[in-house]
Amino acid sequence: MALNKEQIAQRIARELQDGFYVNLGIGIPTLVANYIPEGVNVVLQSENGLLGMGPFPYEGEEDADMINAGKQTITKLPGSAIFDSAMSFGMIRAGKVHLTVLGAMEVADNGDIANWKIPGKMVKGMGGAMDLVAAAENIIVAMQHTNPKGESKLLPRCTLPLTGVRCVKKIVTDLGVFDVTPDGFRCLEYAPGVTIEEIKQKTAGRLSIAEDAREMAF
Amino acid sequence: MNKVVANADEAIKDIESGATLMLGGFGLCGIPENCIAALVRKGVNNLTCISNNAGVDDFGIGLMLQQKQVKKMISSYVGENAEFERQLLSGELEVELIPQGTLATRCMATGYGMPAVYLLAGVGTEVAEGKEVRTFKGKEYLLEEAFDSDFAIVKAWKGDTMGNLVFKDTARNFNPMMAMAGKITIAEVEELVEPGALDPNFVHTPGIYVHRIFQGANYEKRIEQRTVRKKQ
Repeated sequence: MALNKEQIAQRIARELQDGFYVNLGIGIPTLVANYIPEGVNVVLQSENGLLGMGPFPYEGEEDADMINAGKQTITKLPGSAIFDSAMSFGMIRAGKVHLTVLGAMEVADNGDIANWKIPGKMVKGMGGAMDLVAAAENIIVAMQHTNPKGESKLLPRCTLPLTGVRCVKKIVTDLGVFDVTPDGFRCLEYAPGVTIEEIKQKTAGRLSIAEDAREMAF
Repeated sequence: MNKVVANADEAIKDIESGATLMLGGFGLCGIPENCIAALVRKGVNNLTCISNNAGVDDFGIGLMLQQKQVKKMISSYVGENAEFERQLLSGELEVELIPQGTLATRCMATGYGMPAVYLLAGVGTEVAEGKEVRTFKGKEYLLEEAFDSDFAIVKAWKGDTMGNLVFKDTARNFNPMMAMAGKITIAEVEELVEPGALDPNFVHTPGIYVHRIFQGANYEKRIEQRTVRKKQ
């Protein structure tokens, strides 16, 4: 069985380390906050100007002045800090944020990522994604392995306009966990019940299978 | 050093058609609601607006788009606005999309008196087209120029009559950098106070950057994505 979105988030949460400052993008990445392992303390950064993002407010306590980068109402935590957008991207650019998790439309086997524009269709803009992928040392992409047409999103080269070049280090899809290496994608783990054959068939970019590749456990 | 004007109409009275404006806010959070309403009333058009977002159909900059007052938007993210999309596809509206951190930093550079900065975002992408690339310590950067604008329009929580500003929570966002970047900076505040009422240690934008200030009225503070949890 391929992973559902919650399981993709749950698997990514295992990459969090105690003391990390983490930026979670919109969509599946946001769900990672629900699975932070016990004993691991991380501080969530929201690029509109907040460190120490708390959960959604209780009904009736939402505040229009307190939102995350997805424009959702959120809360502060004890120890939170507020700052402006220039400082927010300053700390991202300066490498203070340890991990960025974001979604993608395509990832290439050299680590290129495309996630902001489909030419000819509506262009919504890159928001903070280009700044984040250019700066972060550690980028994990959370996405489906194939698009709705069943075509691979793990490609030899991105076909869509790029968000960043050679920046993705790790990808967690519904089928498995992959590192981006000089030799292309390397499958480290596969989803329960998913075969290596299926992963090979649905990965268009260069792919190798780690010798100790194992089935994920939940 | 009294910078107080009566209201939004007074504050924007010399903004003419064709002007370049910076507008603070992130989504609908921390936007200068009163000045936007006044710009709609005044009916100026052909505006170039530098703002992270373009509002929604019926609020924020979306109100100016409805009246076809905007010639060009310079933004990082413009989703959630059907009228914007329609005008863009029909060619009525120009748009320049800029990475969010680059947008913020180009405003900051203006306020710090720096003509340009070298930034990482967009290297190797279409954002880099036509830009000078320079390598520092083995890494490539793009030369990004500071923004010029005729007016910067920001929204703060509190301000004093000398123009010192304090922002609240994530309504701060782009407001401080834009306040620093306007040739003329207009600040609307929820609460206008006398000098001495703000602790100088906690002023976010020093009044030197602010030319006009007024107490806004009837803030709607619309929420774009209301997300809540139930009490256990």
